[in-house]
Amino acid sequence: MNAQSTIVVQGKEKLVVIGNGMAGCRAVEEVLERDPDRFEVTIFGAEPRVNYNRIMLSPVLAGEKTFDEIVLNTAEWYDENGITLVSGDPVREIDRDSKKVIAASGKAEPYDKLLIATGSDPFIVPVPGHDLPGVVTFRDLDDVDRMLAAAEKGGEAVVIGGGLLGLEAAHGLTLRGMKVTVIHLMPTLMERQLDEAAGYLLRQELESRGQTIMTSANTKEILGADGHVVAVELDDGTRIRADIVVMAVGIRPSTGLAKSAGLDCERGILVDDHMVTSDPDILAVGECVQHRGLCYGLVAPLWDMCRALADHVTDRPSGYQGSVTSTKLKVSGIDLFSAGDFGGGEDCEDIVMRDAARGVYKRVVLKDNRVIGAVLYGDTADGNWYFDLLKKEEDVSDIREALIFGQAFASGGALADPNAAVAALSDDAEICGCNGVSKGKVVQCISGGAHSVDAVRSQCKASASCGSCTSLVESLLQITLGGEVESGPLTLCKCTSFTHDDVRRLIIEKGLKEIPQVMQELHWTTPDGCSACRPALNYYLLCAWPAEYQDDEKSRFVNERLHANIQKDGTYSVVPRMWGGLTNPRELRAIADVVEKYDAPMVKVTGGQRLDIFGIKKEDLPAVWADLNAAGMVSGHAYGKALRTVKTCVGSEWCRFGTQDSTGLGVKLEQATWGSYMPHKFKMAVSGCPRNCAEATIKDFGVVCVDSGYELHVGGNGGIKVRATDLLCKVETEEEAMRTCLAFIQLYREDAHYLERTAPWLERKGLDWIKAQLFDDPERIGRLAARFRISQKYWQVDPWERRAAGHQRNLHRHLATIRPELEEA
Amino acid sequence: MTATAKPVWLDIGPITQIEPGMAATLPVEGGEEIAVFHTMGGEFYALVNKCPHKQGPLSQGIVHGDSVSCPLHNWRISLKSGKALGDDEGCTPTIPLKVDAGRIYLLREAVVPGKAPPLASALAA
Repeated sequence: MNAQSTIVVQGKEKLVVIGNGMAGCRAVEEVLERDPDRFEVTIFGAEPRVNYNRIMLSPVLAGEKTFDEIVLNTAEWYDENGITLVSGDPVREIDRDSKKVIAASGKAEPYDKLLIATGSDPFIVPVPGHDLPGVVTFRDLDDVDRMLAAAEKGGEAVVIGGGLLGLEAAHGLTLRGMKVTVIHLMPTLMERQLDEAAGYLLRQELESRGQTIMTSANTKEILGADGHVVAVELDDGTRIRADIVVMAVGIRPSTGLAKSAGLDCERGILVDDHMVTSDPDILAVGECVQHRGLCYGLVAPLWDMCRALADHVTDRPSGYQGSVTSTKLKVSGIDLFSAGDFGGGEDCEDIVMRDAARGVYKRVVLKDNRVIGAVLYGDTADGNWYFDLLKKEEDVSDIREALIFGQAFASGGALADPNAAVAALSDDAEICGCNGVSKGKVVQCISGGAHSVDAVRSQCKASASCGSCTSLVESLLQITLGGEVESGPLTLCKCTSFTHDDVRRLIIEKGLKEIPQVMQELHWTTPDGCSACRPALNYYLLCAWPAEYQDDEKSRFVNERLHANIQKDGTYSVVPRMWGGLTNPRELRAIADVVEKYDAPMVKVTGGQRLDIFGIKKEDLPAVWADLNAAGMVSGHAYGKALRTVKTCVGSEWCRFGTQDSTGLGVKLEQATWGSYMPHKFKMAVSGCPRNCAEATIKDFGVVCVDSGYELHVGGNGGIKVRATDLLCKVETEEEAMRTCLAFIQLYREDAHYLERTAPWLERKGLDWIKAQLFDDPERIGRLAARFRISQKYWQVDPWERRAAGHQRNLHRHLATIRPELEEA
Repeated sequence: MTATAKPVWLDIGPITQIEPGMAATLPVEGGEEIAVFHTMGGEFYALVNKCPHKQGPLSQGIVHGDSVSCPLHNWRISLKSGKALGDDEGCTPTIPLKVDAGRIYLLREAVVPGKAPPLASALAA
């Protein structure tokens, strides 16, 4: 300890700094630079060492740097500047009345100006076992040493937290030879910095490096044996072996000292624009402060804060205006950049570019023609340029079209117009890499009569494969034809240049199995799609990969998410299945009981021969379903783009005109097909004779029984535009009728566009095409029916039963109820 | 120091209660039900749970970007401003929300009907 520290040197004010970290030392440097003789400086540090660059701890852990290389202020610096460093003796108390600080050792130090730069503390999730030996945080050099010691023995590491710090820790431990599992609470890694699309790419890369990434995973307990950590247990019971657990879930401003000294604090220590706290002689800077409502956990704002602070204490006040921050992940080989606000919004505009082949995702967010945010993955060369545009708030309208291609392209003067850029390309420049088509060839093709993207695709194959050169082809069409471009077929939605057919084909060809993957590989222009494409993709994926695909609730319309029909007052109606329109006393009693028990205001017989219970609240749905399940009833899917009803007449069993057992066939058809999701709703009927009491000729699939067998009709619709069915074929046995039905359904499921009923689908494709698909190859019908049965193996489940058992409980309950009158209690 | 009343924030629980792309509801006795949204981009917003068009429950809509499509007639509502987007016109009130240390807070005065000075919060699950 320095004995001189208690002697006040004549003419010099005493500046005491609590915190020997990056913020405290930088602030002192800034002050000395402005007025080297004004203060006598004493710095208290809790760590027993000089100031080092904390953000470089990750490279130290990864073995890319040594501690000496990350030291910022050497012992000489303190000496040369006459600074007294009290290290390893943390300050315990601030006595504002007598203006002095008291350290753990009892040492008291008077101040004229006090600077608090205590930084932040790692946040510890208070799960059982969090204090076991072997559980470490990632904040200072001691933590790094503990991790290195563990890594030396090898084994398995669990990192709790998939944010910036957690992933850097995981990377370091992986390089040090440990088997690493990252547990992240949220579904997207680094969700504060990345959107879903970029998070998806990052996850794929980390997994390819051997890390196990578990998202939406909540740690329940850290388990120990013989006084040391051995495993981490998740909410769902999963246990992961661990020789070391790194807790990297976030940081909290360290405000303890300031609070006990009575300074105004919220999340951080409150400071004004000059970094002055509620006591005019006490300043604060760095991660411990809260400025204009914001706390920062990154290094860049610190420099700006320190400048404002130094200007203030040397009587040249400038003021800190807050910072815009950017993030880069310090994991070698992963290029990732994010800055500003990329939450989007109605007056914001997203420009998205994806290059699946290079694994690149770029997204720039504009507002009022200014860059307000950017996320880059795979190619971050232009990160600083975007960040610069963002900070300067420059108007980018002149370079808007070329902005996403980067600085080199956008600042190319005349080339800023993408059409001009394309026009400037030579004739032998390659336009479509997939099919090796040159610009000359595309122009030739356009001049030869291909006046739309689709025509170009079919004639010279340019942009027909991955589609990433579609905009180049569009430019060439505009240049060549001068604005007389014919609009091509409708795209799936405005998020993509691909049609429904393209998307369905590419899902299979490229083996795409998740929504974010489809969006990345097919160059979606929005970060997470829209209410048109999300449900369509969800259906296309579950149809293509029935065994593997996990249904995505957030891509479902409300009715399919809540398995009931929403009504105009926000309540729901519930329709249990009645096989072929048959019911019995037990079912009717259960329905009557539900109506009374839940005070349903109305029950109605539907057009599909079943009962609809109205006015059920979303909170009551699981209980209603439990009651209906108990009487043997399952969901009627009256809410779904799915098999709805099979309407029947009584047939040969009762009717004097009946030719076949239409009721029995209807029940069999319904039992085989219920639960299957379709491009749109799908209704069936079986009539026992040509009098057609079940109205089978306005259904998607209708059977009309005749003496000699069964007429099978398809493509009928009783909706806005009435359409009678076309006769598909006539068969002799029930088995043939069943098989043809399943094959027809599967053909519709695999070919139609999402939200296209069978009637418009049939008119678009033609009855001959459908007949050819089903009957030309005698094997085909069996294969289609078999594929339908495979799908049913996975999807023919009663969704009500799972919900009644508590699955997705959150969808049915309120977060809480706010009762103002209770508040005073 | 001036004696301006500090804003009072109601703690409505941890952020993990709402998955990204989903919403949750909070009925208010004597007031309008509130919908709290978690976007896929990781942002949280709170709005009165009523579409300006026909009062559809916005909490049940599909969330995409920073907007939600109403489940009744597919109006697209901005989660940031509560305004109807595209060609439609109308606005749903928004409720100031903040996330702090993994918990969601709503501004009390925007949640609770009437004037009432700041009081301790009480939530009944």
